[in-house]
Amino acid sequence: MTAATLAPAGGARIGTRGLLVAAGLAAVAAVTLFVGARFGMLLAVGLGFGIVLEGLRFGFAGPWRAMILRREPAGMLAQILAIALVAIVSIPLISSHPGEIGGAQAPIGWAMLGGAFVFGAAMQVVLGCGSGTLVNAGSGNPVSLLALPFFAIGSFAGAYHLIWWTDLGALPILTLTGGAGLAVTLAGLAGLAGIVLWRAAPGTRAVPRRLLLAAVLLAALAVANLAIAGQPWGVVYGLGIWAAKGFVALGGDLSGSAFFTAPGSVARVNGSILTDYSSLTDIGLIAGAFGVAAWRRGALAAPLPRYPARAWIATVVAGLALGYSSRLAFGCNVGAFFSGIATGSLHGWAWFVMAFAGAYLGIWLRPRLGLEART
Amino acid sequence: MTRRLTAGIAIAALAVLVGLDLAASPPNPWQAPPAFALGSGQAASGGFCGALPG
Repeated sequence: MTAATLAPAGGARIGTRGLLVAAGLAAVAAVTLFVGARFGMLLAVGLGFGIVLEGLRFGFAGPWRAMILRREPAGMLAQILAIALVAIVSIPLISSHPGEIGGAQAPIGWAMLGGAFVFGAAMQVVLGCGSGTLVNAGSGNPVSLLALPFFAIGSFAGAYHLIWWTDLGALPILTLTGGAGLAVTLAGLAGLAGIVLWRAAPGTRAVPRRLLLAAVLLAALAVANLAIAGQPWGVVYGLGIWAAKGFVALGGDLSGSAFFTAPGSVARVNGSILTDYSSLTDIGLIAGAFGVAAWRRGALAAPLPRYPARAWIATVVAGLALGYSSRLAFGCNVGAFFSGIATGSLHGWAWFVMAFAGAYLGIWLRPRLGLEART
Repeated sequence: MTRRLTAGIAIAALAVLVGLDLAASPPNPWQAPPAFALGSGQAASGGFCGALPG
């Protein structure tokens, strides 16, 4: 190929990348101007989440799978580092600004524990967690693209029934607060890192620089989310609101749900999704991942994989399960595991134990459902 | 078919979702809260997956 034929392709790529940056900035500016500064900043934070997760290939489901199947700890260690960095800022901040800043603090209960187990299994079936499904859909993964609307429907249904499930029995909300709470949280994370390193296969203990960078950037974005929104980074709530809005638009009636008749829920179903914090970061996750995929040379030219029909049916069922179970579990890998532990909620730890156990089931199910070659 | 199709569907669906929602529930920037919750003196009031509805 000559220099003359290379030049237009290079020029087109620069043009595409310039367009991507301009579109991102324009979207943030438009939301800031026409919705509000807080909402524009949260869209920017969401775009940052999407860019970091897709650009530096940081995830949750994949690293758990790598640890379980191959005893490769790098991805899990990066997750633990990110959570610890957020905790160092968040737990003192929540203690010093009660009311103004809230944590991801929820009760441990039967439905919460079962929901976390199901979520852990379902996220391994489709290899996409809460954030992962959005990021993968944005970057053109067809499995996640199909799972996403059913994730939203499941989240709506789980929220609709949430109060019934929590009435089955739950402990009071248990939180680790102040300096002592931070010390216990960091000790717990250090202990978890120690277990992961102890179980690691020889020669796999080093964490790649890109994952360390991703952990630091994610932590900074998560802290920014907390300072701007007054609440931690979450994913699932926004998806449920999207489906609830669709349900109402189609003539559905929410008056039978204790969740959706609460004043806060009514306000958010009737309000703009551009004023809902989780919705804004969800939009940013999808768009940011799309931007990275469009930026990368050849990423969108990859051919789509072929799967048997049962794999697509399994994707639909897993999407519904992801959404429904994450509401019962008071969050997904982001809202419960990442933000829960980082803001001192014991339900985050319980979520992790149950979801990691569920991941074994999901890994066992995935090839049997046609989503990978059976070995 | 390539990922260009599926990524395009994802971003187009997102644009449709936001567009329909803007038409049905236009936001009012004059009711926007302070830029930062931290230091605002206002109680946190957003919806969150880890919380029961308020």
